Amino acid sequence: MRPLPELTPENTAFWTGGERGELTIAFCGDCRKAVHPPQLLCPACQSQAVAPRAVAGTGTVYSFTVNHQPWLPDMKVPFAIAVVDLDDAPGVRVTAPVLTDDPDTVRIGQAMTIAFEASGDVWLPLWKPAEQAA
Amino acid sequence: MSALPRAAITGVGMSDIGRNTGRPAMLHLAEAADRALARAGLTRADIDGIATYPGKADNSPGMSPLGTGEVRGALGLKTRWHSAVPDGPAQMAPIMVAAMAVMTGQARHVLCFRALTESSSQSAGRRASIAGAGKAQIGGWLSWLVPVGAMSASNWAGWIANRYFHEFGMTREHLGMVAVAERQFAQMNPMAVMQKPLTMEDYLAARMISSPLGLFDCDIPIDGAAVVIVSAADAARDCRLPPLSIEAMGSALQSPETWDQRADLTTMGAHDAGADLWARTSLKPADVDVLGLYDGFSIFVPLWLEALGFCGHGEAKDFIAEGNIAPGGRYPVNTGGGQLSGGRLHGFGLLHEVCLQLWGEAGARQVPGASTGVCGMGGGFIAGAMLLNRT
Ligand SMILES: [Zn+2]
Repeated sequence: MRPLPELTPENTAFWTGGERGELTIAFCGDCRKAVHPPQLLCPACQSQAVAPRAVAGTGTVYSFTVNHQPWLPDMKVPFAIAVVDLDDAPGVRVTAPVLTDDPDTVRIGQAMTIAFEASGDVWLPLWKPAEQAA
Repeated sequence: MSALPRAAITGVGMSDIGRNTGRPAMLHLAEAADRALARAGLTRADIDGIATYPGKADNSPGMSPLGTGEVRGALGLKTRWHSAVPDGPAQMAPIMVAAMAVMTGQARHVLCFRALTESSSQSAGRRASIAGAGKAQIGGWLSWLVPVGAMSASNWAGWIANRYFHEFGMTREHLGMVAVAERQFAQMNPMAVMQKPLTMEDYLAARMISSPLGLFDCDIPIDGAAVVIVSAADAARDCRLPPLSIEAMGSALQSPETWDQRADLTTMGAHDAGADLWARTSLKPADVDVLGLYDGFSIFVPLWLEALGFCGHGEAKDFIAEGNIAPGGRYPVNTGGGQLSGGRLHGFGLLHEVCLQLWGEAGARQVPGASTGVCGMGGGFIAGAMLLNRT
């Protein structure tokens, strides 16, 4: 069992938005900058009006790796982890495992769509190749 | 040059490192300290400061079993200044704060140490070097990695490598050249853990860990300790060996504390620290004779080469293929075998080797006439760089 994220006031929206199927990113209410990882202050303008909102949950693979080593006894390998540039949150990447039968098909530039799996109190993000998305 | 007094490295020592030694960390540490003191021509009574990275920590098994308190106690040190730095410019942090301590008169001779027992800890059935292992919840920057399956630093280094491969046409063979060169150096260093020859065929045939990184792209957990003594310039003159003057230090960091959000992941914190290093000295990369570059994963070596300006962005693959970093090359890197073949002393082993080279004590692998060396420690968002000059 891998550790789950500790929930904080700043990050709870990100880790629980999956209950509604929503990828939730924090944005500055004043200068509109996307702030990820979410934090209390906008690093650009110091506004405290940083609030989460749902984004499209689509993006493009910036990079990836295929993990072959079982780091935990119950870890099923191989699996791909993708670092994905979000389409509608400039400068933000979301890193998550890829839902695919063949991790070796993951490519930089590939279009992805978000999915979630519940674990404990949180909903962990997963990336689905867009062509497979329902 | 600044009017501040200078700092210098006056002694280094390493224990008989090994895999699964079963030997307590403190005995490794005491051996490394004895060797460093002997090399410096100092005694324990001369040591009035102590520093380490990160301090006693249990975030992964055997990663940092000793804090400054226990070491002061065991070695019977009476110090005027002590510091453990978990949150600084990588594993270089204690050396840097020690330099600042001697430059500001807080201490005369600072014993900086790093001890690890990761090999014994893992053999004892505890988990490999996995951040947050065994915890139910995890916070901070790790919380954006571990819960989404990126439990190992090999995953994080893997996606840096894949992006770099994509942009610049690097291949696994280039990383193989790093691994093979370091093994060739290791075979000339009796203290290195890996002594068997390693061919490119061996490298390419090894099992994948996290693509594109395979077994020989990953450094080797060991049990061991290293000590570096940092002295005030005036105190250094009393030591046995010529002081290795700390010509410049670089620890700049311009991106957030993450492994996936830096705008250009073909660069690392190393690039910020590297640029900062050269802004503080009149020396240039061409003045450097020997390099110690952090190689927790092979991909960090080309990134550090670029970060320190030994070649341009995207040019490291050709720089490596031309033989620059290998035995006999113009810019030999990790001449003790590095962490890939020497063992993971978390940067301290790399600095230990650069110092041996500058003192002419590197035996069969000695770089003739080496007088200037550079060392870069850290990967991802942590980095510290140091330029040393034999005076
Ligand atoms: Zn703002």
